[in-house]
Amino acid sequence: MSSAAASSRSPRSPRSPRSRGRVASRACAVAVAGALTVGVTACSQTKAGSQSAPAGTQGAGAVKVGLVTKTDTNPYFVKLRDSAKEEATKQGAELIALAGKFDGDNEGQVAAIENLVQQGVKGILITPNNSTGILGALKKAKDRGVLVIALDTETDPKEAVDATYATNNVTAGELQGKYVKAALGSTPPKVLMIDGTAGGTVDEQRHRGFLQGMGLAEGDPAILGKENANGDQNKAQTAMENLLQRASGVNAVYTLNEPSARGAFAALKAKNLTGKVKLASIDGGCQGVQDVKDGKYLATVMQFPKKMAAQGVAAVATFAKDGTKPTGFQDTGAQLISDTPVPGLDIKDTAWGLQNCWG
Amino acid sequence: MTTAPTRPRGASTTRTAGGVAERLLRNPTLGPLAALVLAIVVFSVTTDTFLTLDNVSLVVQQSLIVATLALGQTLIILTAGIDLANASIMVLGTLVFAKMAQQGTSPLLAMLIGAVVCTGLGAVSGALVTRLKLPPFIVTLGMLTIVTALGRLYSEGNSWPVTSDLLGFLGSGSYLFGYFYVTPGMLLMVVMFVLTWYALAHTAWGKHVYAVGNDPEAARLTGIHVDRTVFSVYVVAGIIYAIAAWQALGRIPNADPNAFQTGNLDSITAVVIGGTSLFGGRGGVWGTVVGAFIVAVLRSGLTQAGIDSLYQDVATGILVIAAVTLDQWARRRSL
Amino acid sequence: MNTAGDDRATPTLQARGLVKRYGRVTAIDGADFEILPGEIMAVIGDNGAGKSTLIKALSGAVVPDAGEILLDGSPVAFTSPLDARRAGIETVYQTLAVASAMDIASNLFLGREMRRPGVLGSVFRMLDHKAMRAAAQEQLDSLGVATVQNIGQIVETLSGGQRQAVAVSRAAMFGRKVVIMDEPTAALGVKESGQVLDLIRRIRDRGLPVILISHNMPHVFEVADRIHVHRMGRRAALVRPADHTMSEVVALMTGALRFDEEGRLVDAAGHRAEVDDQGHTITEAR
Repeated sequence: MSSAAASSRSPRSPRSPRSRGRVASRACAVAVAGALTVGVTACSQTKAGSQSAPAGTQGAGAVKVGLVTKTDTNPYFVKLRDSAKEEATKQGAELIALAGKFDGDNEGQVAAIENLVQQGVKGILITPNNSTGILGALKKAKDRGVLVIALDTETDPKEAVDATYATNNVTAGELQGKYVKAALGSTPPKVLMIDGTAGGTVDEQRHRGFLQGMGLAEGDPAILGKENANGDQNKAQTAMENLLQRASGVNAVYTLNEPSARGAFAALKAKNLTGKVKLASIDGGCQGVQDVKDGKYLATVMQFPKKMAAQGVAAVATFAKDGTKPTGFQDTGAQLISDTPVPGLDIKDTAWGLQNCWG
Repeated sequence: MTTAPTRPRGASTTRTAGGVAERLLRNPTLGPLAALVLAIVVFSVTTDTFLTLDNVSLVVQQSLIVATLALGQTLIILTAGIDLANASIMVLGTLVFAKMAQQGTSPLLAMLIGAVVCTGLGAVSGALVTRLKLPPFIVTLGMLTIVTALGRLYSEGNSWPVTSDLLGFLGSGSYLFGYFYVTPGMLLMVVMFVLTWYALAHTAWGKHVYAVGNDPEAARLTGIHVDRTVFSVYVVAGIIYAIAAWQALGRIPNADPNAFQTGNLDSITAVVIGGTSLFGGRGGVWGTVVGAFIVAVLRSGLTQAGIDSLYQDVATGILVIAAVTLDQWARRRSL
Repeated sequence: MNTAGDDRATPTLQARGLVKRYGRVTAIDGADFEILPGEIMAVIGDNGAGKSTLIKALSGAVVPDAGEILLDGSPVAFTSPLDARRAGIETVYQTLAVASAMDIASNLFLGREMRRPGVLGSVFRMLDHKAMRAAAQEQLDSLGVATVQNIGQIVETLSGGQRQAVAVSRAAMFGRKVVIMDEPTAALGVKESGQVLDLIRRIRDRGLPVILISHNMPHVFEVADRIHVHRMGRRAALVRPADHTMSEVVALMTGALRFDEEGRLVDAAGHRAEVDDQGHTITEAR
C-alpha cells in the first residue's frame, strides 16, 4: 500500500486510533485473504506508511458529502436531496444520498452512516429519525472526524450533531396556531388535530407550537380530538372522518403537513364543513401553496428545505477547506402563506408562495 | 432394481440433463455463494474502502438482525410456511425488554418475560396453522397487524432507550488483533446458526422439518407427527425472534415501535436469495447466512462505490427473482 | 366359496366379517380376508367394490364398525396406520409416500431414524447417518436393487421404477409381518414393472407375505399365489391363478360368473361356465 494511495483517502482526526488503522486494516484484510504470515508484517508497515502521510491533504477526488434522509419516497426529502446535489455540484463536491426505508428505520440510517464513514465522506447531513437509536453511529462518525449536521429535524440531545439546519418547528406550529386563532376571531375554538407519528420530534414540536399559538394548553377541553396519521393523506382522511363522527361543532383543524391537510379537507368537504372550519397546515410544497390558492385550506407555513440542504453542503465544503465547523441551531425560517390575510401577522400571498415553494 | 450385476442400459440412474440441476438441488447454496464472492470481488476491486477489516466487521454487524430473523424464517419456510409477523414479534420483544427494564424490573427478568412473549406469539401462529389448518400467510399477516398494534399500545407510542448494560451487551465489543471489531452479537449469531444447522442436519427433528415441508402427506404416512413438527418450528422461531430482539437492542440501543417495518420482507429476501425454496423442504441455514450477507454487502459496497441507494434495492430485487428462477429451473429439470 | 383355502397354517393376517359404513353407504359388508405366511395375495376388484376400504382397515387407516382382525391368530385393533406399522404391517402407498427432495437413505429411515450410540445419541439426539446409509445400502443390495448407484441420491432424480423400489425396500425393511402394496406397477413401463414384480417375489421369498392390490391382470397372474376377488363389499372368490383363466377371474370380479355351493363356476343363470383365454364363454346347460 503506497503512501500516495494512503493519502488519497481522506484523513481523519489524528486522535482516533481507528482512523489511523484504516489503511492498515485494509491491508490486513487483503493479507488475511492471501497469506496470514505475511499479513502481520504488511500491517505494521502500512500502518507506519499511513502515519507518515501528511494529515489534512486531500487527494485528487472531490470532497464527499453524505446525505441520509428518513426515506427517499417523501417528496420533501426528494427535494432536499435535489437541492443538496445542486449545491454539491456548485461547490465541486460529490454527494452520496442514502435513506431509511420508512419513517422509523433506525437500522437503515445507522447502516447508511456507517457506510458513508467507510466511504470517507467529509461530512454527513442527516434528517434523523425520532429516536436515540442512531446516536451511537453519529458519535462514531464524529470521533472519526466527520462533520455531522442535522437537517430539518433536531437530534435529541442536540449536541449529538455539530450543527442543525432546520425550520424551527415550534415557531412553524405557532404561526399556524396564531393564524387559525386570528381567523377564528372571537369565536371560541373547537379544535381537531391531525398529528403525525407518536413520539416524533417534529410532530411534537409543531403540535406544541400550534397550541401555543392558539393560546391553548395540552388537554384543554377546546381540543375535541386528535389522531395520528403519519403525515399520510389517506390516513389523515380516515382519521378526520372518524374524528368528525364523534365531534360536533368543530371550527378549527390542525394538520401536521400538507398531505394531512388534503386528507382532512376531503373529509370536511364530504360533510360540507369546509366553509365553517379554519384549516391550516405546514410545509410550503408547491402543491400545498396551490391548495391554499384553490381555497382548500386557509394558510400554510412554508419551510425552506432548499436552504437547509444548500447551507448544509456549503458548511461541509467550508469544513473541508479550512476546518471551520458550524455550530448550534441555524433557523432556516418559516413563512405564513395565505390569500386571506389576518391582522398582526406577516403573511405572503400565494403568488409569492408559488415562486418560493420547494417542490 | 435388477439382479444382474451389470447395469442394464435402459436404467441409467440419472438423466444426464439433470447434472447441473441436481448439483443445484443438492447444494442450493452454491449459486448465492458465487454471487456473494462475485460481489465481494467486484467491490474490492472497484473501491478501496470496501475490503477493510473495519468494513467487513460493519457488514457483519449490519446483517446481524436480518440474519437472525431470517434464521427463524428459514425454519418456517422449510415447512412450506411463511412468517410475515417475525419482525413485529421481535419489535415487541425489544419493547418489553427495554420498557420493563426502564421501569425497574431487573433486566434479566425483563428479558425472560420478553422471551416468553416472543415464544408465546410464535406458538400462537403455530397453533393457528396446525390446529385451524389456516394458511401460514394469512395467519402471520393477521399476527403482523395484531402484534404491531400491541407494540404501539404497549410502548404508548414512545421509543424506549436501553438503560441496562445487559440489554445492550450484544452490541458492545472490542477490536480483535486491534483491527477487526468483534461484538458478542456476532459470536451469538454464529452459535445460533451452528445450533440450527445441527438440529436440521443431524437430528430426526430436522429430517422431519424437511419432510413435512417437502411432502406433508408422505411425511404423515411415514409416521411423522406433521402438526407437532410444524408447531415446534413456529415455537423455535419465536425463541429465535426473542434473541433477534436482543441483537436489535445491541445494535440500536433504543426500542422503537416503528422500527423494522420491513424486517419480515428483508428476512424473506435473505432466505430466498440463500436458495431456500418457498415451496418448502429444500434449502438450509448456510444459504440464509449467505443471503443476509449478500444484501448487506450490496448495501455497503454500492455506497462505497457512490451509487444511489435506490439502485441497491434494484440489485436486491433482481437477486430475489434470479434466486427463485434458479430454484424453479433446478426443480423442473430434475422432475 | 373358498375354493383355494388352505386351512393347515395359521394365516399371518386374517379378517372376519369386517363392516364399514360411511353414512348410509356401506363400503364393506362382512368382508373376509386372509394371507398365509410366505404368499403373495393379490386383491382385485372393480372401483367401488370396497377393496380400498378393506385394505385401509388392514393397514389401520380405517377402523371397522364390526368384525375382527387377527394377526398370527390373535385379535388386534388398529386405530391408526402407526398401530399397524408397530405391529409389523408395512404399506407401500400408490403415492409412495417418499419425500422427493430427500435422499434414498433418509427416505428409508424417515420417521424411524437411527441415533448415534451413547451420549451423542441420547443427549445430543445425533443421527447415525453412517449406520443408516450402510443399512439402506445393504437392504437395497439384498433386494437386488442394483440400478441405484448412490444411496445418497436425491429421490426426485430417480426414475419411477427406482422410486418404487425405494418405497418397497423401506416396507420390506421394516415390515415384520406383512407388506401391503397398492398398485405398485400402475405408473410404470413394461421393463420397470417387471423389475418391481421381481422385487415383490424376492420379498415373498424372504418369508414376508405380500398383499398386492392391482388392476393389472397379467401382473397379478405373474406373481400372485392366490387372488382375493372383491365384489360388492365382500370377498366374492378366492382362487389360484393356476386353476382359472384371466377372463374367468375378470368375470368373477364383474359378477358375470360366480361359484355355486359346490364350488363350481357358474353364470348368473346358474349354468356351469368357463371362459377360455380368448374370452369365449363356454356354458353347458344343466
